[in-house]
Amino acid sequence: MISRYSALALLRRALTGAPWQRAWRAPDPQPTYDVIVIGGGGHGLATAYYLAANHGIRKVAVLERGYLGSGNVGRNTTLVRSNYMMDGNTQFFEHSLKLWEGLSHELNYNVMLSQRGQIVLAHGPSQLDVLARKGNVMRLNGIDAELLERSDVARMLPFLDFSPAARFPIFGGLLQRRAGTVRHDAVAWGYARAADRLGVDIIEQCEVTGFLRDGDRITGVETTRGRIGAGRTAISVAGHTSRVAALAGLKLPVESHLLQAFVSEPIKPFLDHVLSFGAELFYISQSDKGGLVFGGHIDGFNTYTQRGQFAKVRTVAECAVSLIPSISRLRLLRHWAGIQDMTPDGSPFIGRTPLRDLYLNGGWCYQGFKATPATGWCLAHTIAHETEHPLIRHLSLDRFERHNGFDEYGIGLWTYKQ
Amino acid sequence: MRIPCPQCGERDYTEFRYGGDATKVRPAHGSGDLKTWYEHVFLFDNPKGAHREFWQHTQGCRQWLVLERDTATNTLGRSWLARERAAREASHE
Repeated sequence: MISRYSALALLRRALTGAPWQRAWRAPDPQPTYDVIVIGGGGHGLATAYYLAANHGIRKVAVLERGYLGSGNVGRNTTLVRSNYMMDGNTQFFEHSLKLWEGLSHELNYNVMLSQRGQIVLAHGPSQLDVLARKGNVMRLNGIDAELLERSDVARMLPFLDFSPAARFPIFGGLLQRRAGTVRHDAVAWGYARAADRLGVDIIEQCEVTGFLRDGDRITGVETTRGRIGAGRTAISVAGHTSRVAALAGLKLPVESHLLQAFVSEPIKPFLDHVLSFGAELFYISQSDKGGLVFGGHIDGFNTYTQRGQFAKVRTVAECAVSLIPSISRLRLLRHWAGIQDMTPDGSPFIGRTPLRDLYLNGGWCYQGFKATPATGWCLAHTIAHETEHPLIRHLSLDRFERHNGFDEYGIGLWTYKQ
Repeated sequence: MRIPCPQCGERDYTEFRYGGDATKVRPAHGSGDLKTWYEHVFLFDNPKGAHREFWQHTQGCRQWLVLERDTATNTLGRSWLARERAAREASHE
């Protein structure tokens, strides 16, 4: 049994020098499980954890092709927030933020949630009107939102360009104080350890190579570590969703694209919030180590390379300097890329599939990380009850066939291709 | 990534606009079968490996071309003008 983390345990280890136990076991796969979750990222591990914790389904395996948390859970810019406007999304992402707020205690693992607040800027009066409307929708749903005037922003973020010659003048912004950042690796490790304590088998270096079928029913998986039977199977492999679904004969409304993220050399603390540019897709925050962490748009063509093109480095750097001119001399320390599923309406899929006992979670576009706890919560419910959780009914896989795309940004389908 | 344009030679990919999967076949005009249209508009093979795709040389000759690219490595293969392919397909009909 793996012991709990506590101040006392820390003190005892500090005094005696006794080694820490490994945080989760490394079991061999059993012949069958009640539920198999394919994908040992944040979403897959959270799903396994909530299956065990909320529904008492403990004969669960998480199969990970590489090592745990090697995908997008460790490649995002660590932001969490719930400033969404469309009915359905508003409640779903707020549920997620509420789960983030209790997660360190729930998992007995410090995920280092830092509710430093997120500010979205408006660079024109009409954009400020849109933010006011969004803020009102949030407040009507019991979510915190504050509309900021130009003078408020100048007080909070004095280093932005407030000169009369500013290319993107600042009219105000929308602040969600409960938004912030989380240490993303700790999310994967925390869910893994907590799920393992409840009996979930986490099996790394185990790639799924095919599905076992009985008619239109999925009864298990073929893997590089042998055949494993399952009562129910869930795919949670964002980036490679199309590839794994193709093994089951499913073709999806998904293209895999590459998103880059960047971190600068560390500097003294000066950016106290998460900040989103209003003139382009660009977001920036400062890590605890002092580096500025930021990102922008996808590279623009489908690829699985996890290696970004230089042209995007340049445009993202241009956004950074347009927004905060004083960082123009900063050097980039690292940049990296993750593969994300892009969908026609920018919204994900969670729920059942045309095949019985096969569940799908994918299509997360830019927004998968902040959704980690709620996705796990809702997917576990959906698997346990064989019917969609009320919070994810708007995210069904067949919504395009029903002419029911879910367009959060109100700008039509295929915006990522424009 | 440098794309070989049949007209202009090898150019940086930022001179081009991406146009997606070139192997999709548009349903016939007047086809009222919504399932076929749904599959054409919304579903993708999204392969990890060989991909044949459209690019338009917007900052060069403005021609649409078809390019072979490996989506696992971004290694580029042959390219040809999209209208040549269209003409070839028309002659097969």
